Amino acid sequence: MATRIYVPCDTTALSLGADDVATLIERHARELGVDITLVRNGSRGLFWLEPLVEVDTGTGRVAYGPVEPEDVAGLVEAGMLEARPEHEKYLGNIEDHPYLKRQQRLTFARIGLTDPLSIDDYRSHAGFDGLEKALNLEPQGIVEEVKASGLRGRGGAAFPTGIKWQTVHDEPWQQQKYIVCNADEGDSGTFADRLVMECDPFMLIEGMTIAGLAVGATRGFIYLRSEYPVAHRILDEAIRRAEADGYLGEDVRGSGRAFHLEVRLAAGAYICGEETSMLESLEGKRGLVRAKPPLPAIKGLFGQPTVVNNVLSFAAVPFILSRGGQAYADYGMGKSRGTLPIQLAGNIRRGGLIELAFGVTLRDILEDFGGGTFSGRPMKAVQVGGPLMAYMPESQWDTPMDYEAFAALGAGIGHGGVVAFDDTVDMGEQARFAMEFCTVESCGKCTPCRIGSVRGVEVIDRIRAGENTDANLVLLEDLCETMVDGSLCAMGGMTPFPVQSVMKHFPDDLTA
Amino acid sequence: MHMSAQSNPASNQDSLPGSAEWTPDMIQAIVADLKHKPGALLPILHAIQDRVGHIPEGAVPIIAEGLQQTRADIHGVISFYHHFRTQPAGSHVLQVCRAEACQSMGSRALEAHIRNRLGVDYHQTTSDREFTLEPVYCLGNCACAPSIRVNDRIHGRVTPEKFDRLAEQLTTSTLELK
Repeated sequence: MATRIYVPCDTTALSLGADDVATLIERHARELGVDITLVRNGSRGLFWLEPLVEVDTGTGRVAYGPVEPEDVAGLVEAGMLEARPEHEKYLGNIEDHPYLKRQQRLTFARIGLTDPLSIDDYRSHAGFDGLEKALNLEPQGIVEEVKASGLRGRGGAAFPTGIKWQTVHDEPWQQQKYIVCNADEGDSGTFADRLVMECDPFMLIEGMTIAGLAVGATRGFIYLRSEYPVAHRILDEAIRRAEADGYLGEDVRGSGRAFHLEVRLAAGAYICGEETSMLESLEGKRGLVRAKPPLPAIKGLFGQPTVVNNVLSFAAVPFILSRGGQAYADYGMGKSRGTLPIQLAGNIRRGGLIELAFGVTLRDILEDFGGGTFSGRPMKAVQVGGPLMAYMPESQWDTPMDYEAFAALGAGIGHGGVVAFDDTVDMGEQARFAMEFCTVESCGKCTPCRIGSVRGVEVIDRIRAGENTDANLVLLEDLCETMVDGSLCAMGGMTPFPVQSVMKHFPDDLTA
Repeated sequence: MHMSAQSNPASNQDSLPGSAEWTPDMIQAIVADLKHKPGALLPILHAIQDRVGHIPEGAVPIIAEGLQQTRADIHGVISFYHHFRTQPAGSHVLQVCRAEACQSMGSRALEAHIRNRLGVDYHQTTSDREFTLEPVYCLGNCACAPSIRVNDRIHGRVTPEKFDRLAEQLTTSTLELK
């Protein structure tokens, strides 16, 4: 019988040579006359081990990694195709790896296990169980399960998903409603949306279809950033296959209810991750932020009631429906229920995806999972939640990952990205970059954001050059306040957060 | 995926950006094909750029007429988005990630090296028309930083030396194609 060998096909594995590794393994097997079936699986999210090659032994999957193309010949010689342990890259049964074993993967239960585009694989790993349940519930019953789960929007704003769905559900049904997935994952340090789309795309399709059933929407769009070409190809193909198998289309699984889904490619504007700007973009316009109200739930895409959720919010829904809202709510702490997919990135030894119940401390993530910095130098600062969030000094690393605990520090969890910096970082430069990024990405609609960010770069440059330092620091503080209070959306309103955190926690770097 | 490298939808990453000679008929056909979609403008602009490599100025009035919008509307959308270009790019569009996770792993030194080696700044094309250099803010490969993207292929853990080897390979293989 052919040995099954797995080589991941997600962006990270590919960025480190996974295609070449796959080709070489096939070539060596052919030359040796060994019968193998090569499967391109998703990544397990243990990125420091990518490309991670797995060999199915019949009793488990034995892994080797990181496998670079030049390692393949030696690995084959050392018996990799027979899953033998005589090689330094041998990792044993991957399921026993502590990085995986310690996680609580509810949403990411399947990534890395399956072929992302195989509907059979998906179904044999509990895929579409949530949809089957939803098809037997009244729409209000679906909304109730989501409410019971305590799920809050994973895009960053943490608004209760069930309440949002209820609002759209309660709008009259005799009109077009929409489901829009925000897949414009622009925050540096985040890649969980990408992993869903590249490694388990049917889960997103299932979650969005359930949302459509819950609120009476027959049409959905995935607004996908153009920086994700691999996710684009995989999603398009997954949608095609889901349509062919009756999971999407005029008559979802013979229920008589329609749900059509389409990927819309963004065009490289960070601001379009803001939900109203994204809706403008989907309508074919410049991505200018809209004033709220009206809420998108009432007047959203093309002026119609619209559910706008992040990829991770939709991705949590199949589990919630199949296992019940309470099963999800059993994880977590306080008002942060369920699990948080943490993305550990930057200058870190063991970066990757870590899905855990809310409540784990940041230090546990950085040290126990991350193993400290990649460079081996002391860690100096951590930015959690993307470019609009605070830099946290070591004194704050014992904070539990919980929306309220982070908010109390003036920080935020955002979309769950954690970016570590070692002691070579110049925090003054990071503060300047926060303002610079806003000059590049502001939509330009409101003055505090458009002009404030330009002035922010200028005043930070003056401070760093030693010009009237004290007066300019006061000016910078004032400017930050104006942007926070006067901007229309989070872009201008939160750009000052990293700047203020540097002023507060790393003042010597700013004035050096 | 049970498939060879050729049929893997995650493959085919080395395809060059579109470089077809544009004609009014081609633009008209693209507009006619897509204008029924709700919010059709971005899909139309993507289709044109994928095919031609950029959005030619002469395409703007054709799109405007097809969508019953003003030329100013169309121009406004094209200029809003970083992705759309109005001038032809070089053979390889090279994006260097400038965002925080890459910064933490030395991307500032890497971008200086790349600009120096190519002799161009961002938004410029090398004189041999091999590379157009663009900044990008996150490629989602943040645990294996710093990252760059060449056309549709993303490269992780890029060092100056690794970049030089890659640039060499890319220019050599392009020559072989000619």
